[in-house]
Amino acid sequence: MDKVVNNRAWFMVLPVLVLVAFNAVIPLMTVVNYSVQESFAGNVFFFEGSKWFEQVLHSERFHAALGRQFLFTGIILAIEIPLGVAIALAMPRRGPWVSVCLVLMALPLLIPWNVVGAIWNIFALPSYGLLGRTINALGISFNFTRDVFDAWFTLILMDVWHWTSLVVLLAYAGLMAIPDAYYQAAKIDGASRWAVFRYIQLPKMRRVLTIAVLLRLMDSFMIYTEPFVLTGGGPGNATTLLSIDLVKMAQGQFDLGPAAAMSLIYFLMVLAMSWVFYTVMTREEART
Amino acid sequence: MTDIVAGRVASTPVAARRVRSRVGFSWIVPALYIFFLLVPIYWLLNMSFKTTNEILGSFSLWPREFTFANYAKIVSDPVWYNGYLNSILYATLNTVISVSAALPAAYAFSRYRFLGDKHLFFWLLTNRMAPPAIFALPFFQLYSSVGLFDTHIAVALAHCLFNIPLAVWILEGFMSGVPKEIDETAYVDGYSFQRFFFKIFIPLIAGGIGVAAFFCFMFSWVELLLAKTLTSVDARPIASVMTRTISISGYELGVLAAAGALTIIPGAIVIYFVRNYIAKGFALGRV
Repeated sequence: MDKVVNNRAWFMVLPVLVLVAFNAVIPLMTVVNYSVQESFAGNVFFFEGSKWFEQVLHSERFHAALGRQFLFTGIILAIEIPLGVAIALAMPRRGPWVSVCLVLMALPLLIPWNVVGAIWNIFALPSYGLLGRTINALGISFNFTRDVFDAWFTLILMDVWHWTSLVVLLAYAGLMAIPDAYYQAAKIDGASRWAVFRYIQLPKMRRVLTIAVLLRLMDSFMIYTEPFVLTGGGPGNATTLLSIDLVKMAQGQFDLGPAAAMSLIYFLMVLAMSWVFYTVMTREEART
Repeated sequence: MTDIVAGRVASTPVAARRVRSRVGFSWIVPALYIFFLLVPIYWLLNMSFKTTNEILGSFSLWPREFTFANYAKIVSDPVWYNGYLNSILYATLNTVISVSAALPAAYAFSRYRFLGDKHLFFWLLTNRMAPPAIFALPFFQLYSSVGLFDTHIAVALAHCLFNIPLAVWILEGFMSGVPKEIDETAYVDGYSFQRFFFKIFIPLIAGGIGVAAFFCFMFSWVELLLAKTLTSVDARPIASVMTRTISISGYELGVLAAAGALTIIPGAIVIYFVRNYIAKGFALGRV
C-alpha cells in the first residue's frame, strides 16, 4: 500500500514512544552503567571498562548456560515444528469440530506460565504425579528433581505441551488460506498425498512457518518462569537456562557488574534474532 | 494482506465432498494431541478436589473424598483472593493503557510514512522480544526511585514494555486491512480527523481492538517475573502467592492445584470469542 509522507504522524506515535522508552531505555542504560563499573557496599562505584564483558565471555558458567540454552531451543524446535505441522494437516477443515479443536488446543497457551510449571510439577512428581508414577510403574526409575535426564525430559515435554499449539494454529491458518482450486488441480493431475504436501501445502505455509520458527526461537530464548517453577534450574545447574542464570546472578548473589554485562550480551543476541525476524517479515510483506 | 479466518473459506459442494472422502482416520492425530493436552490439566483438577491427606496417603485417578476445601480456602483467605484481584486489576490497567496508546500509533504506522518509521517499528519489536530477566533488577530500582514500588500501576506500566509493541503490531495488521479509500472519502465528506477516527475508523476495526485487548490482558496475566519483582505485599499477583506457597508450606498441593485451576478460567472463557484470531494474535498480527 502506498503511504503518504507525513512527519506530523510522530505526534500519534509519541505516547507509545514515551511509555516504551520509559520502560526500555532507562533500565537499559542502568544496565549499561552497571556493566562497566565495580560496585562496593555503600554505593561506591569504580569504572572498570570492559572487564566484566571479558570475564563473562570467558567464563565457564556463561558458556554452560548458553550451551544448555541452545540445546533446549534446538530440541524444542525439532519437535514442535514438525509435530505442529502434522497435527494441522490432520485437523478437520470445516464443521463443528473445528471450533472444538481450536479452543481446546489454544488452552495451554493462555495458562499463566508459573501455573504451567506448577501443573507439570504436580503431574510429574515421582510419587504423587500421574506421569511420574506411571513411568516408575513401568519399571523405569524416574525422578525429575534428582536425575538430569529426567529433568530435561520433563522440561522438554512441558514446553512441547505448552507451545506446540502455537505452531498448529499458525500452520492451520496457513492451510486454510489455500484455495480449493489448487487441490482440484492436483486431483486432476493425479498427484499423490506427498506431492500435494510438498508442492502445494508446504510452499503456501512457508510464510506462517517462518513466523512460527522465529517466534518459538525467540520465545524459547527468554523462557524463565516455567523451568524456574518446575525444576528451579536443578538438579545442580542441569536446567539453568540463560534467564535463570541471569536472575540467579543478579538477585541471588548481587554480582551487578557481571550480571549486567551478561544481560547486554544476552540482549544483543536477541536483538540480532529480532532483526532477522523483522527483515523476513517486511520482505514477505513486500512480496505479497 | 489478507485476513485468514479459520473456518470461513467458501465451501463448494465439490470441495466438501473431497474433504469428506479423505477424512478417514486422520481425526486420530488431533484427538491424541488434545488428549495429551488435557491429561495434565485433568490431573491438576483431580488434585484440587482431594484433601491433603488423600494426596499424600494414596494414589487414585479420581478424588475418593471429594472436597471443595481447597477452593474454600482460596475464597476465604485474603492473601489468596487479593492475589487474584491484584492480578486482574493490573492486567486490566495495562490493557487500557496499552490499547489506547497503541491505537493512534498503529494508525500512523499503517497510513503514513514518516522520518524513522521503520526503525521505530523495529525498535518496538525488540522490546517485545527482550527477555524480562534482563530488565528485572533495573525495573526494581527505577520504580522504587519514582515511588511506585508495590503498586498496581507499576506492574501495569512495566508490562507496557512488551504489550504496547504487541498491540501496535496487531492493530497495524488489522488497520492495513481497511482500504485507504475509506479515510479519503471521509475527509472529502468534511469529517475532521478526530470525528473520522472515533465515529468511523474505530467501529471498523472493533474486532481488531478486541483481539489486541485480549492479548494484552493475557500476556499481562501470564507474566510472573516482572510482576513479582515489582511487588511485595499490596499488589502481589496470584502467581507470586503461588510460588511463595510452594516454597514456604512445602506440600499444600491441594490448595496450589486449586489456585492453578482458577487461573485457567479467564483464558478458558475468552478463548472462545477469539478462537478465529488467536493465530493472528500470537503471530503479532502477521498472519
